[in-house]
Amino acid sequence: MKSFTPLADTTDLDPKGKVAVLGARTPLKLDSGEELGPFNMAYQTYGTLNADKSNVVLICHTLTGDQHVANSHPITGKPGWWADVVGPGKIVDTERYFVVCSNTLGGCMGTAGPREINPKTGRPYGLDFPVITIGDMVRAQALLLDHLGIGDIFCVIGGSMGGMQVLQWAALYPERIHAAVPIATTPKHSAQNIAFHEVGRQAIMADPNWHLGNYAEKGGNPHAGLSVARMVAHITYLSEEGLHKKFGRRLQNREKVTFGFDADFQVESYLRHQGITFVDRFDANSYLYITRATDYFDLAADYGGKLADAFKGTKARFCVISFTSDWLYPTAESRAITQALNAVAANVSFVEIAAPYGHDSFLVNVPEFHEVLRGFLASAAEARGI
Amino acid sequence: MASDRTSERGGSRVEGRAIHHISEARPGTMRVDFLEIGRMVAPGCHVLDIGCGDGALLYHLVHDRKADARGIEISPEGVFTCVSRGLSVIQGDADTDLAHYPDDAFDTVILSQTLQATRNPEEVLRQMLRIGRQAIVSFPNFGHWRVRLNLLFGGKMPLTGCLSHPWYETPNIHLCTIKDFADLCRANNIVMERFIALNDRGQPDAFGSSLKFANLLGEQALFLLRRGS
Repeated sequence: MKSFTPLADTTDLDPKGKVAVLGARTPLKLDSGEELGPFNMAYQTYGTLNADKSNVVLICHTLTGDQHVANSHPITGKPGWWADVVGPGKIVDTERYFVVCSNTLGGCMGTAGPREINPKTGRPYGLDFPVITIGDMVRAQALLLDHLGIGDIFCVIGGSMGGMQVLQWAALYPERIHAAVPIATTPKHSAQNIAFHEVGRQAIMADPNWHLGNYAEKGGNPHAGLSVARMVAHITYLSEEGLHKKFGRRLQNREKVTFGFDADFQVESYLRHQGITFVDRFDANSYLYITRATDYFDLAADYGGKLADAFKGTKARFCVISFTSDWLYPTAESRAITQALNAVAANVSFVEIAAPYGHDSFLVNVPEFHEVLRGFLASAAEARGI
Repeated sequence: MASDRTSERGGSRVEGRAIHHISEARPGTMRVDFLEIGRMVAPGCHVLDIGCGDGALLYHLVHDRKADARGIEISPEGVFTCVSRGLSVIQGDADTDLAHYPDDAFDTVILSQTLQATRNPEEVLRQMLRIGRQAIVSFPNFGHWRVRLNLLFGGKMPLTGCLSHPWYETPNIHLCTIKDFADLCRANNIVMERFIALNDRGQPDAFGSSLKFANLLGEQALFLLRRGS
């Protein structure tokens, strides 16, 4: 049986990166009413914090992303998920900014989540881990920044679920952020968003190896369920046009269909590959918790149903970005965010970028998107004097 | 709205909705009406430029006039150019998006060469003076003598420097004369603080304070407006 190790800050790259112990003295109060602490938070930093600590860029990762933004991934060996955007001389220039990215609460790359050891029992949390929200994720990130001695954030950036966190940051800590870039995101999960997530969760929970979330102790792993969940979700990250261009009806290494249920089509083979490789780096219970957190996200609901009230009095500059082919969080959602920011006369830019890659467009090399991000950051940095 | 804004680049005149390249915002090469508008904006003011195109006026207001200036633009290319230049611009439509701003959100709201391209100019004007304490509006004058002669003797829809699109593809769906515009202001209890008649290059012409002469001789008009009491 593993024991909880409240690690001292480490700089090891493998696999957790740096880890901070948070909530030891005062536990984190969660939206569910439960308390969490002490708990580990794994994070990565790039660049150097300047003398007046004004150059902090906080990057919030997606549902299944992690803290390895710009370094090669310790499990898959692949380049960081935003390595073409973050790095020396890149758009988020690590020679200029001090970049922080933490593994989200509920995650499975070193931060407290269902796979980690519950310090109270000495056993993996499993479903004993409290249900968390986007607000909890952001409050935990704020604790990390406190721990690092960072007050203000120059810019908080994130796409998809990371974008929800950006909005939540703007709502919870308006005095701490100078600029905010919510990308391909939404102020609330729609019925369709929740529906897709529910299919994914049901796939996991229907896997006999799930053992009511207790697979760490029972042995086995609901890999089949988790990979089906990933396959369903992955379709929502792409677009019909993107799928058509990439695969069409082309067959996988064969001349004609086999009249069976093998992966005859390239698109099937691709999805199966996505599912199979995903389970190597992701935990099924984490997937349940994090999808739940996004389903519960409805920022306006916390402010009397009026989204604008979430941003009242904000002094931050915003750059809201959406993509034409994103049907998961379509442009209308970004427009709603923009209108709410306009309603409080916030300094906001809003750009819809034409790109065929669906929701995942912000993770693909889309030059126009990169130009917008570069221009906004440069101008915000000038205003901030960095 | 489809902006019919023109922009000067390298001395040559460029027209169209989408301006892909950045016009230099040096005073020597900038549209003269932008300089006139700039003079009406005090440093530090909160300004909204509706239909800001490629951001040439916004850039001037931010960098030369030190204003806190934002923009709305309908064309994706214009918005892309503006935000890439570090300007605060949203992709939006004058006809629908002004309603989301609170009262008195801005000191000055600018509508340069765009009123005639909106679906509901009266509502746009009302919204401008709701969200801004003052408004600056410029538009091509359909009462200019050349337009009148064009129609009188040519018998065809006028094509001039300011109105260069043929009727079947013009974004200008609500053209008016200076006198028409003044009537609309009066009907909406809007005070016309100042007006300047401009020639086709945007340079001010001296017509004194006479709307009548300006209506005949001005190719474009620039009005500074505020709410009536």
